[in-house]
Order: sequence, then C-alpha cells, then structure tokens
Amino acid sequence: MGQAIAFYTLSAFILGFAVLVVSTKDTVHSVLFLVLDFLFVAALYVLLGAPFLAAIQVLVYAGGIVVLYLFVVMLVNLKRSPEAHHDPHRRARLGFVLAALVLIEVGAIAAYSAGGPVRPAAPQAPPTAAATAVSAMRAVGNTEEVGWLLYTNYLIPFEVASMLLLVAMIGAIVLAKREL
Amino acid sequence: MIDQLVIPLVKILIVLNATLVGVTYMVLLERKVIAWTQSRLGPMRVGPYGALQPIADALKLMIKEDITPVRADKWVFTAAPIVAMVPALIVYAVIPFGDTVNLFGREIPLYITDINVGLLYIVSVASVGVYGIILGGYASNSKYPLLASLRASAQLISYEVAITLTLVSVILVAGSLSMVSIVRAQESAHVWFAFLQPIAFVIFFIGGLAETNRSPFDMPEAEQELTGGFHTEYSGMRFALFFLAEYANMIVVASVATTLFLGGWLRPFPNVAWLSFLDVIPSWTWFLVKSFGFLYIFIWVRATLPRYRYDQLMRLGWKVLIPLAIANLVITGIVKVLLL
Repeated sequence: MGQAIAFYTLSAFILGFAVLVVSTKDTVHSVLFLVLDFLFVAALYVLLGAPFLAAIQVLVYAGGIVVLYLFVVMLVNLKRSPEAHHDPHRRARLGFVLAALVLIEVGAIAAYSAGGPVRPAAPQAPPTAAATAVSAMRAVGNTEEVGWLLYTNYLIPFEVASMLLLVAMIGAIVLAKREL
Repeated sequence: MIDQLVIPLVKILIVLNATLVGVTYMVLLERKVIAWTQSRLGPMRVGPYGALQPIADALKLMIKEDITPVRADKWVFTAAPIVAMVPALIVYAVIPFGDTVNLFGREIPLYITDINVGLLYIVSVASVGVYGIILGGYASNSKYPLLASLRASAQLISYEVAITLTLVSVILVAGSLSMVSIVRAQESAHVWFAFLQPIAFVIFFIGGLAETNRSPFDMPEAEQELTGGFHTEYSGMRFALFFLAEYANMIVVASVATTLFLGGWLRPFPNVAWLSFLDVIPSWTWFLVKSFGFLYIFIWVRATLPRYRYDQLMRLGWKVLIPLAIANLVITGIVKVLLL
C-alpha cells in the first residue's frame, strides 16, 4: 500500500517535471527541471530496491551529463525569441511528426512484448553455473548482483556498449586534434 | 519504535548541529591559523582569544540586508544557496564517526545509517552540489559570477573523475562500497589503506582540495580576478549558506579521507596488542583527531601555497592526476588478481 502511494506520487512528479522540461520557455529552467526529473527517477530506483542504480543515475545523469548541458546552455545564451523563423507553425508541425513517431514506436514495443509466445523461454532455461552464482549473490547485495549480471547474462551487450563508447572517444580525439 | 524512529532522529539532530557548529568554528580556526602563519594574532576582541567570533559573525550575517539583484533570475537565485547547502549536509548520513557505543543498555552505532552503496552515495550527492555554484553564478546575471561559475564547473567535473577513480581502487582493496565495511576491512587487513594505496591517497587529497575550491585551486573565488567569485552578488544569510556549504564540504572530504585511508575510527596500530591500553579512548575521538589533522593541513596549505593558474590547473587534472589514477587502478586490479 505504502509502496503504491510512493510509486504514484513519484510518477506524478516525474511526469509533471517532464512536461515542465518541454514547456518552459527559459532553456536554463528547462535543464533544471530535467535535473529534478532525474533525481525523482533515482528515487523510483530506490523504491524498486536498486540503490546502486539510483546512485549511478544521480552520479552520471544528474551530476555529470546535465552539468555539461547546463554549461553549453549558459554559454550560448538562447534568450532570443524562438518565433524568429518565417513559418510560425513549423515547430508545431515538427512536434506532431516527432510525437507520432514516438507513439508508433511505443505502440510497436507494446504490441511486440504483449504478443505472448514471441518472447523465447530462454530466461527459464536450465540453471547454468552463472545463473546459480547470480542467485547465490542475490543475498549479498545490489552492486555485486549488477556486476555478476553484466559479466554473465549480459556480457555481449555490455561489450558492444563499451566498443561504442571507445569508438566515440577515438572519434572525439580525432576531431579535436587534427594532427596526432 | 525507539530503535526505528527516536534514535535515528536524535542522531540526525546531533550530527546536524555538531556539523553546523563545527563549520562555524572551522572559520575561526582558519582565521587563527592563517594569522599565526603570518605572525598576526587573528580575531581577539570577541570573547577570550576571539572564541566567540563565529557567533558574532553568524548574528551579523543573519541581520544583514538581503539583496536580490533586479535583473537576477529570482527563482534560481533563491534556490542556488539551498542547492549548495543540502548535499553538503545530507552526505553526513553515511559517515561512520565511530564504533558502536553502549548507552543505557543499548548498542548504538555511531553513524546515522550504513547503506550498501555508501561511498557511491557520497560521490553522487557531492556531484549534485556543483549545481549550487553553477546556478549561483548564472542567476546573478553578472559577468564575474558567471565566469567564476564556469570555471568552477569545469574544475569540479575534471577533478571528480580523478577522485572517483581513486575511490574505485580503494573499493577494489576493501571489497565493499559500504563505509563501515571499508573500516572493518582495514581492521582485518591490519593496515591503513593509505599505506596500501599511497598514490590514491595523494590524488584523493589533491582532488579534495580542488573539489572544495580550496587554495591552491580556489580559481572559482579568486578575489583578485573575479571580485569575489560566484557569490559576488549574494549578501547576508544567502552568502553565509554558500560559505557554510564550502566548509561543510571540507569536513566531508576530511571525513571520507579518514574513513578510506586512515582507518576511520580505529586506533593507531589496531593489531599491536601492547597498545591496547589506547582502547580506553573512545573510538570517535580517533576519528575526530584524524579528520582534524586533515582540516589543519587544508588550512596550512592555503596559508603556504600560491594559487594555480587556470590552464595549469586543468593540465594537472587531466594530464597528471587522471592518467595516474587510471594506472593505479589497473595495477591494483592486476595485483589483487595475482596475489589474492
């Protein structure tokens, strides 16, 4: 009961701040609402029993990435009125197209995951050594559990993500430094 | 009921008040130590040897006129000091000040809570504290604070990377993210982690100076260049909040350094049996003495070293400290896998 109340309160705050992020005129305020949104998402993680994820959420998103956003927004000064473009309805039309795309995407995901036997029964496969190790670690703590899962069940996605980051890093170095 | 609600609330009350009093007296200590370094007396008028000076300062700041610049971003201007202060205070929730004590037949641990991801909690909350500085500078709508806050954010982000990397190598050695477990790990390893991780210790100390905007890394408040820094437009109690947050952060850095590297509340040489007469001294005293040592060194450094230039500061952070921290982390990992 208490958990349900907490969940719905947090969700209301998250959605409310999300609306404020896109509706505020001042760009800096919009970024600040984004920070608040991230903090409430972190609270949601705590509610789900994932304190490690919550701390990482605050550290990486609220404390790291958005600081850089704020940095850029403060430097480029977006105080000009956005209606400077010759077609005043351009933004609205663009918004409708993007919203429609997101709606289709969400609908597709919902239809795909609701499609019963589409999901293979792989997670319920016979318990491997890794799976038993994971269930043994379950008693130990959240952080260990995340580490175990990353290096057992989700090794390939994890490595792919690392490769992507590495490529992005090399790209940034090449772009920033013309002669190496 | 008592265990769930009353004791934690009392502990929070004690820690908050002790922190705020400690912070105000840090200011006095700083003024005194710098004065002695420069062959002066420092504050002497209020109370014996100036002992009541912080109280007088606090009263003065509270009754001062509070000005909001006309062209300031009012909401953000008001929120900024609060955003700076709150993370600096809530970090104290996971700092272990001592071992358990026996009070009225109850075992009471001397920390507010011990969460599984304690160290990560400290790092993430501290990273939110940057917003206070950035927003204070932005909302003032004035050029010097804006420059200062840009400097501050760049500096804090750069040094945060180095600090976090050193923390990871300590976590590798300790095998836990919980602050209490890290102290226990030093007890069972029979050695302070400052001796196992000397490079991490030095990087943490330098990074800690930079994270708290202390000299020689006090670029965000270089008076000579910025007429005061990100808080130029603030006055009265709001200015005081920024000031207190900075000192509270200093105490946090000192406490974290004590916990991670100097064995927290453990007495010196916890494995040497004939020194066990030292156990008479309560554990929290050791913690306070060690933290005080750090704070004293912070002030000492400020009184001694000139300020870095901005590009030197960035070079030191990115080209020296971060590669060193990464190398230290990799070597720690290799040694741990090979030897344990």
